[in-house]
Order: sequence, then C-alpha cells, then structure tokens
Amino acid sequence: MLAAPLSKLFQNLSLSLVCLLVPALPVLADAVDYRNQVISIALTQEPPQLNSMLATDQISGFVLGHIQEGLLRYDADNRLAPAVAEHWELGAEGATFWLRQEARWSDGKPVTAHDFVFAWRNTVDPATGSEYASILYPLKNAEAINRGDQAVESLGVQALDDHTLEVRFEKPTPYFLGLTAFPSFFPVREDFYRSRGARYAADADDLLFNGPFKLSAWVHGASLRLEKNEHYWDRDRIRLNRIEVPYITSETRSLFNLFKDDKIVLAGLDSETLQDALKQRYPIRKFSDGSVFYLEFNHRPGHATANKALRQAIQAIYDPAELVNKVIALPGYRPGRSLFPLWLGGVERRFRQEYPAPVVQPDPEQAQRYLAQAKQELGVEALPPLVLLTDNSPGAAKQAEYLQSLFKTRLGLDLRIDRQTFKQRLAKMTAGDFDIVAAGWGPDFDDPITFGDLFASWNENNRGRYNNPEYDRWVRVAQTSSDPRQRMDAMARLQTIIIEDVVILAQYERGLVYVQHPRLEGLVRRVIGTDPDFSGARVIQP
Amino acid sequence: MLKFMLQRLVSGLVTVWFIATATFLAMHAVPGDPLLNDKAVPPEIRRNLEARYGLDQPLPQQYLLYMGNMLQGDFGISFTQQNRRVNDIIRAHFPVSALLGVAAILIAAAGGILWGALAALYRNRLPDRLIMLLVVLGISVPGFVFAALAQLLLVNVNRWLGFTLLPVAGWGTPAHLVMPALVLGLGLLAFLTRLMRSSMLEVISADYIRTARAKGLSPLRIFFRHQLRNAILPVITVLGPAIAAITTGGFVVELVFAIPGLGRYFVQAVQQLDYTVIMGTTVFYGAFLVLMVILVDILYGIVDPRIRERGHD
Repeated sequence: MLAAPLSKLFQNLSLSLVCLLVPALPVLADAVDYRNQVISIALTQEPPQLNSMLATDQISGFVLGHIQEGLLRYDADNRLAPAVAEHWELGAEGATFWLRQEARWSDGKPVTAHDFVFAWRNTVDPATGSEYASILYPLKNAEAINRGDQAVESLGVQALDDHTLEVRFEKPTPYFLGLTAFPSFFPVREDFYRSRGARYAADADDLLFNGPFKLSAWVHGASLRLEKNEHYWDRDRIRLNRIEVPYITSETRSLFNLFKDDKIVLAGLDSETLQDALKQRYPIRKFSDGSVFYLEFNHRPGHATANKALRQAIQAIYDPAELVNKVIALPGYRPGRSLFPLWLGGVERRFRQEYPAPVVQPDPEQAQRYLAQAKQELGVEALPPLVLLTDNSPGAAKQAEYLQSLFKTRLGLDLRIDRQTFKQRLAKMTAGDFDIVAAGWGPDFDDPITFGDLFASWNENNRGRYNNPEYDRWVRVAQTSSDPRQRMDAMARLQTIIIEDVVILAQYERGLVYVQHPRLEGLVRRVIGTDPDFSGARVIQP
Repeated sequence: MLKFMLQRLVSGLVTVWFIATATFLAMHAVPGDPLLNDKAVPPEIRRNLEARYGLDQPLPQQYLLYMGNMLQGDFGISFTQQNRRVNDIIRAHFPVSALLGVAAILIAAAGGILWGALAALYRNRLPDRLIMLLVVLGISVPGFVFAALAQLLLVNVNRWLGFTLLPVAGWGTPAHLVMPALVLGLGLLAFLTRLMRSSMLEVISADYIRTARAKGLSPLRIFFRHQLRNAILPVITVLGPAIAAITTGGFVVELVFAIPGLGRYFVQAVQQLDYTVIMGTTVFYGAFLVLMVILVDILYGIVDPRIRERGHD
C-alpha cells in the first residue's frame, strides 16, 4: 500500500535527477558587475513566507521590502517618505491617504485603495490566522474583528475612490505613518490573490510586485533573483538592474569565505570571523540593529524572583558594561541601561536624551543587605538554586556561564542553567517554567510603546507575568493620549518603574558587525523597515 | 525467490510503519509545538491555527488522520513554510542530496578499493603505513572540520590563481559538486580502504592465488582477475546501507557549501518542531534506508544461494 505512492515518488525523483546538473542560474558571477549594475548577495535562510499578510520574520521582511511597497517607506536618511501615497493627513481620529496615479503592479495595472482595504481586512480576519494581526490594532474595530466578535467589513479602513484611502483609529495613534511602511500594511490585489488560492506567494509566479524590484526567479532553498521593476513609479531612483541571491546558508564562516572569494557583497561577522577580517585588513562596519536583550524575572507567586529584595540584590551586583566589554566583546554592542534603546525618538530629540534612565551603580555591600532582607522575607536560611532559562547558541552559553559565576562569587547564589532549543525555550517561557529567562525584543515600529507595553499585565509577551496596576495605568496613558509630551512623560514613568521595581535587567542593545564590498555604494542599514536596503545601491567604477 | 522477496518487503513495510509511529510519538512528547513563536499570539488566533492543522483533535485522532494521509502519499503542509507541501519539499530537495551522495559514493568506492588493495599488496611497507595513517585521519576527523578546511583551501587557491578554479559554495554546475562530494565521501573512503585491505589480505594468502602464480600468470592479471574480484565482495555488502547513510547524512556539508539538499530541512524541521516536515523527511529517509537494505538482501540472495535457503526456514 505504502509502496505505490513511494515508487511514484522515486520515479519523479529519478527524472528530476537528470535535469539537475543543468545550471538554473549563472552562479559563478562575481560579487559586483559594474557594466550591468548587478550584485550578488547571500541569505542566511530561505524566506519562509512571502505572503505579506502572514510574514513575521526578518528574511521575509527583507525580500518583501524590495519587491513590494506600502503607503510610506523609509528613505536613505531613515526618514519616512511618500511611497504609494503621494500625500496624507493625520489626525487623532484617523488619517487620509491620497495614492499616486502612477503607482503600478508589475502587470501594469494601477495600485488602488481597494488593494489596501483587501489586505488589511484579510490580515485581521481571524480565519487568516496572521501572527502579526495585532500590529493593525490601531485601526477601528481591528481587535474585536481579530477576536472573532465583529465582521471584517467593520474594519476602520475604506476606499473613498480608487486613489483615496480613509483610515479610522480605535484610539489616537501618532506613530501610524511609520506602521504603513511595515509589510503587514502592504497592499494585496484581490483578483490576483484569489486566482492563486493556497499557492499565493509559494513561487515567483504566484506573487505580484509594486516595489523597486520583481522576484523573477526562486529556486527553493537554493537561489532567488530580483530584477528591476520597470513598472515601479520611482524607477529612476533604482540603479541596480539585478540582485542575485545564489547562496543560502546560515554558516557565518561560509559566508565570509564567499565574501573573500569576491562572490557576495555583504557578510555578517561573528567573533571568530571578525578576527579573521581584522587580520585581512577589511574595513569593519558596525550597526546597532535596534533590539534590546534582557534578563526577565519570573514574578509568578512561588518563585523566589517574585521577591523584590532578591531582584534588587541581583541588580546591585550586575554591570551590563562588564558583560558587553568582557564577555560579548563584539563591536556594535552597547550595554543595556533601559528597556528603551538609545535610537528611539522622543518628543523632539531621542527619548533617552530627553528622559535619561536612572543609573544603578553596582554596590556589593548594598547587595548583601538586600540579600539578607530577601532571605528574611522569604523565611529561608539559604536560597534554593535559581533556574536561568536560555537558548542553545554558543553566545548564550557564554553569557549564562558569566552570570553563573557572578551570582556565585558576589551573592553566593547557585544558578542552574537550563539550555533549550528555540521551541522548547518558548514552551517553558510561556508556561512560566523558569526563575530568570534570557529574553529580547525587536521593535516593530518607531515609537517607544513598541517596548513600553511589553510588561502590561494583559500582554501575552509578558512571560514573567509582571502585574502592576500602576505600570498598566501609564501604558494606557501612553497608548491613548494624543499629546506627545504627555505620552513620553508616561513612557518615562514606565522606564523608571522597570528599573526601580527591577522588572527586568537590561543586558545589551544588540550590534551587527559586517564587511561590505568596496565598490558597493548607497546601501542603507536600518532599525525599522527593510534591512539591509539595496534599493538605492549601485556599483561604482573600478 | 519470490517468496523471499515478499517476506523482505513485508518486514520492510512493518519497519517503516514502526518508524512513523515512533517518530510521531516522540515528536509530540517534546515540549512546545510548531505554533509557538517569538511573538505570542492571542488565544483566538491560536485556536484557529490549531484547527487549520488539526492540532485541536485528540492525539489518537491526529495519528489516525496522519497515517491515513500518509498511506495516500500525502505528507501534508509545512508549518514553517505555510504554502509548501512536504511532498514538494522532498521532491525538490532529495534529488540534490541524492546526486551529491552518489558522487560521494563513487569517489569513496573507487578510492577505497584502490587504496585498500594497494595497502594490502605493500603490507607493512611504506605505502601501506602512509595509507593507513591517512585512513585513521579520515575516520577520526569529523566531516565539518574537513568541510571548513576544504572551503578555506578553495578560497586561498582561487585568490592565488586570480580566477575561480572551483566554486567556494553554491549549486548548479558540475564544478559545484566536486569539493562537497569529496568531503562527504572522505569518511566512507577511509572505512572502505580499511575493509578492502583486510579482505585483500585474506585473498592474497588463498590457495588459488598460489596456483595462479604457479601457472605463471602475470602479477597484473592476478591482481585484477583473481585478487580484486574476490576481495571486493564485502565492500559491496556495506555499500547498500552506506548509500542510504551518505545521501541522508550530508547536513553539515550542505550547510557549509550552501547546497539546497534535503538534509537542511531534516535538521531545521526538528529545531522548529515543524511536525509535518519532521514526519515526512523521517518516514521518507526511513523508507529509503529500508529499501537499500532490502536491495542488498535480494542481491545477496542472488549471489549466494545459502542465504536464500535460510530465508525459507
């Protein structure tokens, strides 16, 4: 019974074996080709999901950011710029976008307001099961629809005509413009989507493009090719004719070897390849990717870490600068001083310039006093070992061992390291099966609330179940106020609570170190939006 | 003979069923599930996703459903690549692994037989010592070390020459096949060399070789017609399972050389707890291995009637 389908499979296999050695793409090309303006790059994995309504990961976001476009986009200086929308009006109740007439899909048909309405409704439709649906919650009724309480037609977005899109908000959303650059807000054309059914975005032919490039070839797991989109409204800005992706591997050493062999224009470095790159005298570039990593305490009753004095004792021996400089020792990383990273914008300047985070200096004597208090409050002679949940990467192991020795020497506390693979770690985080977990958060949009609401009692991502009515109250103020000063004041309150109540201990802001081809110009790295962005890049003369 | 083959086939099917069941149970015993992600989803969305993949059913029900679909040759849809069928993944990527594997086997078999025979002929003399030293290296150094070293060597050779002699990584032309196949075949090559050497040593001291020599046959003729042909039998025996092992075990080589083989999906699926891809690749690889063992059994039965006779007991 089993043999029949299997033998058919083998038949197919032997057939395709013959065709294999015929090259699918010219993969021997050099990293840059000046005459034809072509570059080659590598991806660390195959894009898992090119359906913009379902995509959640960075690789898919990178490809989508090059082949599709939303109402606004981020420009070369990382400022918001008009894209499909030519101009707009933003108010407390909602926003109106006027779409440009010349915006086209890759089949020549115009991009209309209806394409946005279709995509946004589809994303919040609970039947779609989009993991990122919550990013659309600023839209009127989005959350109720997503929870299955209301019809999708009641979503606060409407096409007044083909080129006018009206948006109504659930509550004032001053950062809404930035959201429209996010893939979940990209347009999808209904007739094309329906014509592909479940195959939508499964292959290069199953997608439409309205961005700077078209995905013209996609051999799964092996290669992709992006070609300049001649229907793109701003095509004169695009200098590259083609971006080849002939290599897909997560092996950092292999990527660096490909870079040395002049086969790819960009290679990320780890601590080993960094040493090698320094020896070869390559110019090293660094970039802070915007995410914050922290130790999250378990605040559930029954865990020793629910005791504030114990958390304060740990805070008093902890020095993120030592962790970053001595343990991680990679350029680009910054010591974590707050839940809110340095790059976030405030009222007029950077949030952290306007509201500096309270500094807690390491103080071993104070730590001992806190520890004694904690033991007394918990009614124990000696504290039981604490469980530190972490992932199974080599970097995480190094950091965990550093913490283990720090806890032991400074506080006499035993730390049990629980290393788990990705899904098992998540399962344990969700179940609350830890005392401390090494966690992190990457921003979804350019507003401090993308971090600030993390420890609200209702947030599903609050894995330590921190529950503080005062914190919740300030989150609501930050979410609903339309006065920028009032919002950022509330955000500053959150920052202070996080540090004074030791909700978490910020560890570091992550950095990226990489090497780049000397003849590639105009490559943009960004914290929010498509990263790296090749749309304005070009190859300069040898 | 037909009965013997049928027997083997039935026991093979039972083995595959056992593999499928054991994988299914082990996979569900692991904490976590494929729907968990960095960003937590609201319970309503989670319920919808569970319903879409049938994860809301009780486990025995899921098992029956899965086995039913598998009997019809349908492995389901991937959790991580939601618009790709597992059948498509196997169909697209197994041929790549298979081609790489076959090339590796050819290199290993040719090299192993030749080196092994040479070592035996020059027993305890310098060539033998040298070859056996390399064999020990080949068996004890793990594949990922060879892979990394080989790639570094290529980079330096290409830079020194000023043109691409062999590509550093990637897939698509015969040139891309050379280094990965060599690296992948190295372990087996070493193993086969050792096997061939000991087997050849037995043959060399056999009576019929002395007879052949006494007849005045040329040493070359004795080597090819009498020694090699007899000594090669045990090597053929191990080739069946070795083919399966090598076509399925190329994960590291595939990763280092950026080759779009099935091995990468096999390993990543486990990390991502992608239920359908874990099941699909494990059952497929299991069936492949079983098939190879059966083939060797049948071949053996043809070559050596005594084995076939025992099958009747």
